[in-house]
Amino acid sequence: MRIRIHGGRVIDPASGHDAITDLYLADGKILALGRAPDGFSADREIDAQGLHVIPGLVDISARLREPGQEHKGTIASETRAAAAGGITTLCLPPDTDPVIDTPAVAQLIARRARDAGHARVVTLGALTLGLGGEQLAEMALLRDQGQCVGVSNACRPVTSTRVMRRAMEYAASCRMTVFLHADDASLSQGGCVHEGVMSTRLGLPGIPDAAETVAVARELMLIEETGVRAHFCHLSTAHAVQMVARARHDGLPVSMGTTAHHLHLTEMDIGDFDSRAHVLPPLRTERDRDALREGIASGAISTICSDHQPHDAYAKLAPFPETEPGISGLETLLPLALRLVEDGIADLPTVLGKLTCEPAAVLGLEDCGRIAPGLRADLCLYAPRQPWLVDNTRLDSAGKNTPFEGWEMRGQVLYTLLEGKVVFDFNTE
Amino acid sequence: MNRRGLQFDDEGRLRHFITLDGLDRATLTEILDSAENFATVGTRQVKKVPLLRGKTIANLFFEPSTRTRTTFELAAKRLSADVLNLNISTSSASKGESLLDMLRNLEAMNCDMFVVRHNTSGAAHFIATHAAPHISVINAGDGWHAHPTQAMLDMFTIRRHKSDFTALRVAIVGDIKHSRVARSEIQALSILGVPEIRVIAPQTLLPPEAERMGVHVYHSIEKGIRDVDVIVMLRLQRERMEGALLPSEDEYFARFGLTEAKLALAKDDAIVMHPGPINRGVEIDSAVADGPRSVILEQVRNGLAVRMAIMAKVLGRGPQGEEAS
Repeated sequence: MRIRIHGGRVIDPASGHDAITDLYLADGKILALGRAPDGFSADREIDAQGLHVIPGLVDISARLREPGQEHKGTIASETRAAAAGGITTLCLPPDTDPVIDTPAVAQLIARRARDAGHARVVTLGALTLGLGGEQLAEMALLRDQGQCVGVSNACRPVTSTRVMRRAMEYAASCRMTVFLHADDASLSQGGCVHEGVMSTRLGLPGIPDAAETVAVARELMLIEETGVRAHFCHLSTAHAVQMVARARHDGLPVSMGTTAHHLHLTEMDIGDFDSRAHVLPPLRTERDRDALREGIASGAISTICSDHQPHDAYAKLAPFPETEPGISGLETLLPLALRLVEDGIADLPTVLGKLTCEPAAVLGLEDCGRIAPGLRADLCLYAPRQPWLVDNTRLDSAGKNTPFEGWEMRGQVLYTLLEGKVVFDFNTE
Repeated sequence: MNRRGLQFDDEGRLRHFITLDGLDRATLTEILDSAENFATVGTRQVKKVPLLRGKTIANLFFEPSTRTRTTFELAAKRLSADVLNLNISTSSASKGESLLDMLRNLEAMNCDMFVVRHNTSGAAHFIATHAAPHISVINAGDGWHAHPTQAMLDMFTIRRHKSDFTALRVAIVGDIKHSRVARSEIQALSILGVPEIRVIAPQTLLPPEAERMGVHVYHSIEKGIRDVDVIVMLRLQRERMEGALLPSEDEYFARFGLTEAKLALAKDDAIVMHPGPINRGVEIDSAVADGPRSVILEQVRNGLAVRMAIMAKVLGRGPQGEEAS
């Protein structure tokens, strides 16, 4: 299949390329930008006039619910939602059931994703066996046989500092990146919202800032000592961002990310026990949200993820503390990021970089997240000004749980290409 | 959804009683006035009024409670309603049946009102959101969130002793952080115009940003109860010691327990309240609890009239039986 995408504004945040130009794809790869290679004849033409042509999005944290919780979503349903959201690469944390602590589970997921064919799925292997926080998982086997791109204990705490130190040492010697969810479980235990004005008003058990900052402090000390490459997946507090930024400045091999929803919502969005806004880490204060936005602008934060967690309806139908945390976020990732540009937080290439080349670099993926000859033809074409209303019943994801219900978004994905194949076409949906 | 929206019907009438947050002074005053009329019912030969005849009220108690449930039951019976008491232990609730399933089953019994006590904050709000539109929900206490009928009976009690809310200084002493009574009480006092509300507790028993509730924070009872008109003592739960929030009951009593000596620092005519049940010698000395300034038993007695007034109000009837407009 040879495709010519013509007339679009091609933005490649990695190289800084930003111009209206044509793009030529062949055999699943990007062949050329600008002028047609000699003898190129397209099997398909895509008219991209008025559209932005960007690398397919790379989402470093998304739950697909398979294996283990297929009533909430499947690899097929969620990768399809990813394609609708312009996402071509998803990174799956290891807290599936069974846990990704043996290569077989990673292989199963990869095969299912390949069969579905909507998006590329890469996996993180478990840091500890069964995510139990006691014994090391087979990290090297997970890497070599399971193609895991990193290791993580997902949201399960490694309470023993000794185990965490050894896990980092071992991961460093395997040259694997450790993906961290910063949470001191003894401080967050029982909590379901940010400890602050809203927890006081609604009488809900709170999760203090310290649950995140104490964990970040511990992990930074261990990163420094072990030299492991580490990424904090979704920080939520101003203070933690500041700590990690300082550590980066001091030369530690560490990076950080946040979620699209933490960049837009605060604890106030819980309103009157709105369980759709129940997430972990919790939505924090306006000051925290502004600090996260500032981290995007300054470059301190390198990734924006969806932290996609689709749920069945019943998971959110209970008194607030008893509901399950998480947002179905794949389809709102791009427009929420674009809204940062509209809000004047950062320019378009900077914001797009947090969705493409930067997460690809964190995951160690060299063949995606950029637009350059020879790379995978994973692309997203969107209409930048086209408004659409978030209607949860119309989400492709099996999870309809979004607090952005009713928001008017700008930026409609019209085409998603995965290895040169159109996996999403808005006009034929 | 804003609170006004949930608690009021399309005509702006109160249909649920979940929280005082969002209610206005006129509504609270109307309930207190109506409770004054209901207070006389219990002294009559025939202790019943036919206001809610033909109505069915279900008491859904997911958390054990004798006193609150009993007063709700008695209040409903004095209003001539049929009463269904359901004590739902957490164990049976967790047998796979979700709260929503249980709700659907109860709706099938054609109840008109649910009185809900639950140990999770937001439970009454959840039930009101999902119950059929003809069902009214009264919150009889949810987690740490709200206990609005308790707050109303306390306001009723205060009003019987102090004529003007706008001239009062009120101190609430004890475990504010985990107290639904304290939250609702603070809201009630603010709505009724009390100019100075103080909370007195060690930092571990205060919620974060307590001042944002419109209160003055004190860590010393000696300073905090100076010149107050009303003292509300809160019950201290034993499990607070296990959570490393306090060292011991003895130290708590020494620092925050209300004794006659400390009471002497308040105004001469200050009244002492407690939502019960009392831990004698932990938060309050027996001499004070049983002393002349204590109105604790009066609170229990007033609970009946106030709950009758609230039930009648949300089911749309005034004390004389007229349809409320």
